[in-house]
Amino acid sequence: MPRNEPTEGTDEWGGERSPKRRKAVRYGVPVAVVGVTAATIGLVPAFAGVGSPDLPKISAQDLVAKIATSDVQQLSGTVRISTDLGLPGLPGGVGAGAFGGDGPSGGAQGEDGASASPQNKLMELASGAHTLRVAADGPDKQRVSIVDKAAEYSFIHNGAEVWAYDSGSNTAVHSKAADGAKRGSHHGPHQGRPEGLPKDLKNATPQDLAKEALKAAGDTTSVTVDGTARVAGRDAYQLVIKPKQSGSTIGAIRISVDAENGVPLKFTLTPKSGGAAAIDAGFTNVDFAKPDADTFSFTPPKGAKVVDGDKEGAKAQKDFEAGKGFKGHKGMKDFKQGPDGFNVIGKGWTSIATIKGSGQGLPSGKEQDAAGDAGKFLDSVGDKVTGSFGSGRVFSTRLVNALVTDDGTIYAGAVDKQSLIAAANAAK
Amino acid sequence: MSQADGVLRRRPLWSLGLLRSEIGMTFRRWRTLALLAVLAGVPVLVGIAVKIETGDGGSAGGGGGEGGPAFLSQITNNGLFLVFTSLAMTLPFFLPMSIGVIAGDSIAGEATAGTLRYLLVAPAGRTRLLLVKYATTMTFCLVGTLVVALSALLTGAVLFPLGDVTLLSGTSVSFGEGLLRALAIACVVALSLIGVAAVGLFISTLTTSGIAAMATTVGLLITVQILDTIPQLDAIQPYLFPHYWLSFADLLRDPVYWDQLQKNLGLQALYAVVFGSAAWARFTTRDITA
Repeated sequence: MPRNEPTEGTDEWGGERSPKRRKAVRYGVPVAVVGVTAATIGLVPAFAGVGSPDLPKISAQDLVAKIATSDVQQLSGTVRISTDLGLPGLPGGVGAGAFGGDGPSGGAQGEDGASASPQNKLMELASGAHTLRVAADGPDKQRVSIVDKAAEYSFIHNGAEVWAYDSGSNTAVHSKAADGAKRGSHHGPHQGRPEGLPKDLKNATPQDLAKEALKAAGDTTSVTVDGTARVAGRDAYQLVIKPKQSGSTIGAIRISVDAENGVPLKFTLTPKSGGAAAIDAGFTNVDFAKPDADTFSFTPPKGAKVVDGDKEGAKAQKDFEAGKGFKGHKGMKDFKQGPDGFNVIGKGWTSIATIKGSGQGLPSGKEQDAAGDAGKFLDSVGDKVTGSFGSGRVFSTRLVNALVTDDGTIYAGAVDKQSLIAAANAAK
Repeated sequence: MSQADGVLRRRPLWSLGLLRSEIGMTFRRWRTLALLAVLAGVPVLVGIAVKIETGDGGSAGGGGGEGGPAFLSQITNNGLFLVFTSLAMTLPFFLPMSIGVIAGDSIAGEATAGTLRYLLVAPAGRTRLLLVKYATTMTFCLVGTLVVALSALLTGAVLFPLGDVTLLSGTSVSFGEGLLRALAIACVVALSLIGVAAVGLFISTLTTSGIAAMATTVGLLITVQILDTIPQLDAIQPYLFPHYWLSFADLLRDPVYWDQLQKNLGLQALYAVVFGSAAWARFTTRDITA
């Protein structure tokens, strides 16, 4: 043994054992720690899954009714959303660019402080994983905060006041909630206007996603109860919604419903093609106590830039009507006739939106993200297809497919390629 | 180097003496002081740059607040935000790099200088020597972070107004509470570094060349930081030690969002245990020849 081996007496390992063995034992410590950690990480979710609570049986009908009659007005919690729609990564500005015009005008928008504009934030939610903190106290008071790295985007609705605050640019957008109804009939590029936001951003919570899904339910849908689960520490029933129509790209929608008060706690949408969930939104923790009144009060902080959202909205509308916002797009001159050519074929899950003539289109509801994006990447992606309708390109994402024929008609829907081609053929 | 007094039974005192002498020696070194000076210089440079940029009344970042480091756009309103900006800027690289230098040097540096065997002749025990070295490195983590924070606070106070602090959620708190949160953030940042300190210590026990240990630690840091930005690797990223570093900003939310902070501290503790015990296994069983 070298003279400077560990001093005897300070060390509980006797000198009896061979150095080799001692070495092996000592290196075993970090290896064991890694092993235990890996086992914990691997097994804890498995155990958590096993722990499906024992709840009285409930029929699908009763469960749906439970959701419908659920009257929870007060809650606060954290929502984790991950979306994998199969879109290319959306940098913040792309969404705005697709809706509000091409590069230059989109950039100008960013410069005058509209990076705080809710529509950009909404587009961000369409890809990747996000954490939201939500709080609600009745229909007049809501707060949704998007938790970002070292930044936060807060949206506060308190009575007639609607505030949106973006910590990244230190900008607050203010608007009056009452104004929303006046222009409520308009749809499309103004999706993101602040007064339209309460609905849009709230749509991100499991409750509203579930309501949308149930609205679509009918004779085209099978609704079943599939066991129980624990979500955010609460017992929940699992409601599974499956489209019966074969052309749909949607595999199944799974909604975890709080067994006690019927609040949907988790919403998972899996595409038929399999793989990870396309939309997965769920509470990671939830509390049904009345949130602090402070939660819903907002005064713009000192030094923050305050933008009048109502004025901005009006300006954007003017730009839009003058066709200014679309100058960058090919064929957009025809756009004003666009809304007339808008049509929906079929019903239920396989309904297909068609837009006659050339145009970006006015994608409705949930397809808006995907279709807007498809327009953006028109010339770089998409498969050539032909049929008796002529020829065109199909743009695919995991959920929404869109067929753009060479004469500019768009067929889009959560259906597979064949259904789109069939629809186009039928329309000829 | 502290002299062993040879009394075996007075271990606790002796080890405190060893720790004190180690810390004293580390902080008297020119390279340590140079590292601290660099760290102190970052907030000053940032502060002056922001001041010049906004001297004509414009706002920092020009609305593109998303491009620059976190909190940059807030500095002109409140000098305290220079503390957060500086920590956010130094945490990804400068701070862990200096930790890597100190940790990498701790054992291997002694071996290079040929002093390691003399340290071990003293009846301190290798385990204790290792603990003292690690404690010294962690002291440097804290001191380095505080140097950045204090330098930023002074610069911010001189160049910009101080006052109520706007939290990320848009609520305002008093300056006093802002200071408390800044202190908490500095502590969290210092704790965020114990993982890289343990890795550095382990690498330091592997080699007898101080420079090699430092370079390996810093190289590893850069590699891991790059891995943390590759989207295809998101399956392993939650286990990389820098992954949750920026979570200190969650202390500026209202209410505080603890989830990521807890993950960060848990991850750092895990790295400290794994690499600390690996360093112990290596150091207590190897032949010391230098």
